[in-house]
Order: sequence, then C-alpha cells, then structure tokens
Amino acid sequence: MMDQPAIEVKKVFKSFKTVQAVKGVDLQIQRGHFVAILGPNGAGKTTLVEMIEGIQIPDSGEIKVLGKTWKHHSAELHNEIGLCLQDTRFIEKLRVIETLRLFSSFYGLDNGRVEEVIDLVALDEKRRAYVVNLSGGQKQRLAIGLALLNKPAILLLDEPTTGLDPNARREIWAILNRMKQESETSMLLTTHYMEEAEQLCDYIVIMDQGIILKEGTKNDLLGENKTLDDLFIDLTGRHLNE
Amino acid sequence: MSNRLHARQLGLLIAANFREIIREPGVLFWGIGFPILMSLGLGIAFTKKPAEIRKIALVSSSSLIIKDTVVVSDEKLGSTTFIFEKMSWDEAMVLLKRGNFNLILDSKDGQPQYHFDPMNPDAQLCFLKLSRMLQGKPEVLPENAGQIKPLTVSGTRYIDFFIPGILSMGVMMSCMWGLSYGLIDKRSKKLLRRMVATPMKKSYFLMSMITVRIGMNFVESLLLVIFAWLAFGINMAVNLPALLLIFMAGNFAFAGLAVLISSRTSNTEVGNGFINAVVFPMMIMSGIFFSYHNFPDWAIPVIRMLPLTMLADGVRSIFIEGAGLLQVAQPILILTAVGALLFSAGLKVFRWY
Ligand SMILES: Nc1ncnc2c1ncn2[C@@H]1O[C@H](COP(=O)(O)OP(=O)(O)OP(=O)(O)O)[C@@H](O)[C@H]1O
Ligand SMILES: [Mg+2]
Repeated sequence: MMDQPAIEVKKVFKSFKTVQAVKGVDLQIQRGHFVAILGPNGAGKTTLVEMIEGIQIPDSGEIKVLGKTWKHHSAELHNEIGLCLQDTRFIEKLRVIETLRLFSSFYGLDNGRVEEVIDLVALDEKRRAYVVNLSGGQKQRLAIGLALLNKPAILLLDEPTTGLDPNARREIWAILNRMKQESETSMLLTTHYMEEAEQLCDYIVIMDQGIILKEGTKNDLLGENKTLDDLFIDLTGRHLNE
Repeated sequence: MSNRLHARQLGLLIAANFREIIREPGVLFWGIGFPILMSLGLGIAFTKKPAEIRKIALVSSSSLIIKDTVVVSDEKLGSTTFIFEKMSWDEAMVLLKRGNFNLILDSKDGQPQYHFDPMNPDAQLCFLKLSRMLQGKPEVLPENAGQIKPLTVSGTRYIDFFIPGILSMGVMMSCMWGLSYGLIDKRSKKLLRRMVATPMKKSYFLMSMITVRIGMNFVESLLLVIFAWLAFGINMAVNLPALLLIFMAGNFAFAGLAVLISSRTSNTEVGNGFINAVVFPMMIMSGIFFSYHNFPDWAIPVIRMLPLTMLADGVRSIFIEGAGLLQVAQPILILTAVGALLFSAGLKVFRWY
C-alpha cells in the first residue's frame, strides 16, 4: 500500500460546453513530495485539481488517490485529504474559532486539534474575529488551517497565495515549509508565481491550454534557460503572469 | 464516528446556522419586527374604523344645490361625511382615473346623475349611500327591514381573519427566502462544495438549516400571536396540539419546497425568480389578506390545494372556529407528505458543487 503513489492521473480529459479544459494529462506524485502546477489563467489547473479532489468527474481517463478511486472510496478519501479551493468564502458571521470547531466536527476531531491548528496558522489573536472581518492573508491562513485539521496525507491547494501581498505570501510559505519538515504529507499546489514553486516544491509541472508542457525538478527544467520565466517564454511564447 | 461525535457535528452545524442568522440584525427586524408592525397597521386600519369620509366630484355645471360638506350620522354604522368638490367634467374625469374619486355627480333635467364603475364595489357603496342621502333618507335601512347588530366580538373581526393569515405567510416567506436563499448563496460562494469535500454528513447539513429555520419561525409566530392577543385580544383558547402540528406540517411543506427550488442553481438572481414565482401567486390567492372566495368559483378548488391556503385555513379554523386535531388532520397529513416528497425530490437532484 505504502508504495502506491500519492496521486496518479492517467490520460485525463475534461471539457465544458465549448472549452476543452484538460486535454490528456498524465501525472504521478510520489508520497511526501511537494509538487507545483504552474500555469497562466485558464490553463486548466483548477479543473485538474478539482478532479483529483473528487469534485469534478473526468470525461475519460483515470485518477487514483492513495491507490483508490473516488467512485468506490469517497468516504475514506475525504478523511485523507485536505484542500483549499480557489476563492471559497466561509460563513461570514462565524468566528475563526467557531469555523475551525465546526470543520473539526466533520472529522470527528476535538478542540485540542483546533488549538494546534490555530497555533500553526498563527491566528490566535484573531480567534474571536468574524471571518468576514479578516484580511485577505488571514482568510487564506484560515482556509489552510481548515485544510490541515485532519492531518491530511495529501494536501491540495488551489492558488493559496494569489492576490496576497509579498509579506502575507511569505507567511503562508513559512507555514507550509514547517509542515513539510514536520510531517509526511504530500502536497499539490497550483500557482502563477515562479517564486512560490521554487520556494516550496521539489517538483514543478508546467501546464498551459489543458496539457502539461514540461515537468521535472527545478534543475531538470531550467536546462539552458536562466530562470523559470525564460523557460516559460521558451515553451509558450508568453509570460506567465500575462 | 460514535454517536457522541455525530451529535457534536449536528449540534455545531445548528449552532453555526443559528449564529449566522441572529448576528445579522436586519434578519431580526424583517423576520420578527416587520410582521408585527404590519399586523399592527392593518389591525388598526380595519378595527378602529374612523368616521367614513366620501369625496365626491360634483360637476360645476350641474343644477344640484348641495352644501360642501354633509354629515350623515348613524350610531351603528358610524357616521359618513360627504365632501363635494366642484370642478369641470374634464377635470373630474382626470381625477377619477387617478383614483382621487370613484364617483362623479352631475345632473340632467334637475335629476342627479351618478357616474361610476359598477364593477367597483366601493364605488357602488358610495352610490348607494349618496343616493339615499340625496333622496332625504339618510338611514341605511328602511323601517321594518330588520335590525343591525354590529359584530365586534373576538373571532369575527378582520384582525381575527388576518392574524392566522400573516402567521402562515410568515412561515412561507421565512422558509422560501431564508432556506432557498441561504442554500443558493452558500453554493455560489463555493461553501457547499468546500463542506462536502470533508466527511460531513450531507443530511446533517440540510437538517441543521431546516431545524434552525423552524425554530426561528416558531419564535416569530409566538411573538406575533402574543402581540395580537395583547393588542387586539384575539382568541387564545385554542387547541394547542392541533396548532403545533399544523404549524410544523406547514414548515415541513415549505422547507421541502425551498430545498427543491434551490437544489440546482448557484445564481442568486435565478433563485430570486424561482422564489417569487412560487411566493407571489400564493400570497395573492391563498386568502392571506382577503378571502379567496372573491375569486371565481372554478378557481376555488385549485386555490384550496395550495400549501399556503391549507396552512392558513387550518390555522384560521383553529383560532376562529375552535377546530381540533380531527378537523385539521387532513391538511396536516397532506402538508407533511408534500414536504417529505418535495424534500426527497430536491435531495435527489441537489447539486453540492
Ligand atoms: N464550469 C465551467 N464551465 C465552463 N467552462 C469552464 C468551467 N470551469 C472551467 N472552465 C474553462 O476551462 C478552462 C480552464 O479553467 P481552469 O479554471 O481550470 O483554469 P485555471 O488554470 O485554474 O485558471 P486560473 O489561473 O485563472 O484559476 C478555462 O477556459 C475556463 O473558462
Ligand atoms: Mg484556477
């Protein structure tokens, strides 16, 4: 069991009415690895990640998480993963602590774990604040805290730092780096930021227009290009943040 | 998960939904304050009838000679004051179209001529009173035609009719807006999808929303009834079990309807449309403000099958006629069954994403 890859995606396709969002993706993520999917707007990152999360169903192809499919093991998998969706909003007039306790009850966890998570994401000062009154960075830390509650074997983060200022972004990187050292969690995150991929991840997947253009460790990828940005222009003819 | 953990999950879901509602001051006003203010206003408008004033447009070219103001008093029906305003025919027509008057008085060969819409009952009443007055017989009833015995006892007044109606309407509005809107809003904010990406029990989530909503409705209705009792002395000697059961049945029916309506869309505008499409016809037809017996005969059996009509008629019969469990058993069963049916249909097609 333990030698199963954390995530296995085989020849996955997904279209919406007029758009082919994901056009034949193959991807393997080993246990304990941190992987970034790097790509511009509309690349198909969210669609791919949501299929891995069991929220969307592929038109064809196969996805296994910890060796299990969503179709047959959704209850177990929900206990094993933690996730952060792109721009979710929580109940506005609920306090931070109340939101964390509510979600902890879904996993059958007690308040002890809630306290650990509050420390982990440094929201102790804001524990009694209403969610609606949190800053962007604090909201995102709450979202990550909720994803970490069940000590997930796999963490899936969809653009965890988009729209945050550099400081807030670095705080989130610190949380994730600490988690990397302290646990065996595997992580998949999507991002537009080269720096984020470099800072956090051992393995980088470059995606555009529904396909994977290139993947590997940072050094594998760079080759003769000086930076990831150059590489991206090389691959697609445009900048990542366009 | 053990029972204790299940209970904790349900308890925290209920607490979260409850807090979300009560922390929004607007909700408290529109949910509880507004129905009470509305019943106060309508109750006063319809129970403490002030001296009646009837404005009549008098065509200035007519040969009638009338004082500007004529008061006809009647100790049982209250006094009526006729106010005549002189103006040209054209002017009178304009003001009649605007609703300032509903009758224009003119004359031909020295005889009064009454111009009004015979389909408008209020204009008709105005005509009857005015014509009597002009004939010099101000009393409404000729001698020996019987006697007027005013009904002002509790149970026969408009307010007695109205309170059960607004109570029922409150249940419908609160379920439809509160539940449907709440669900659609949570879907559009991706909160539903975030929640079902955990091992949360989906049925607990819906149960908690419905429980909180019914609890709120209970408090709202209780306050409304207490208020109506203090302010208007409505009858409180009612069959409580019957009242509670039909109240719950009505809540189930509308909660089921709300879940079905909000089962697919994540667009609050579309949701708005759905809710209005359901709520408006019932508000107009179900006899909340005025009896539905004014609708044509063929429509009445249909109207009686609307959930709001069943609820309002049931509550009304308990308050006004002293009906017991047996008399309202049928609407209770139908409303509960309708609620269960709509709820399970809604759950089948419910989109969490
Ligand atoms: N529900 C949907 N219906 C129709 N089209 C969709 C839907 N979801 C995504 N798409 C389309 O699929 C393509 C990929 O979208 P996706 O959200 O996966 O991109 P992304 O890489 O996450 O972009 P971003 O960086 O902006 O989040 C886009 O062209 C998008 O318009
Ligand atoms: Mg995205």
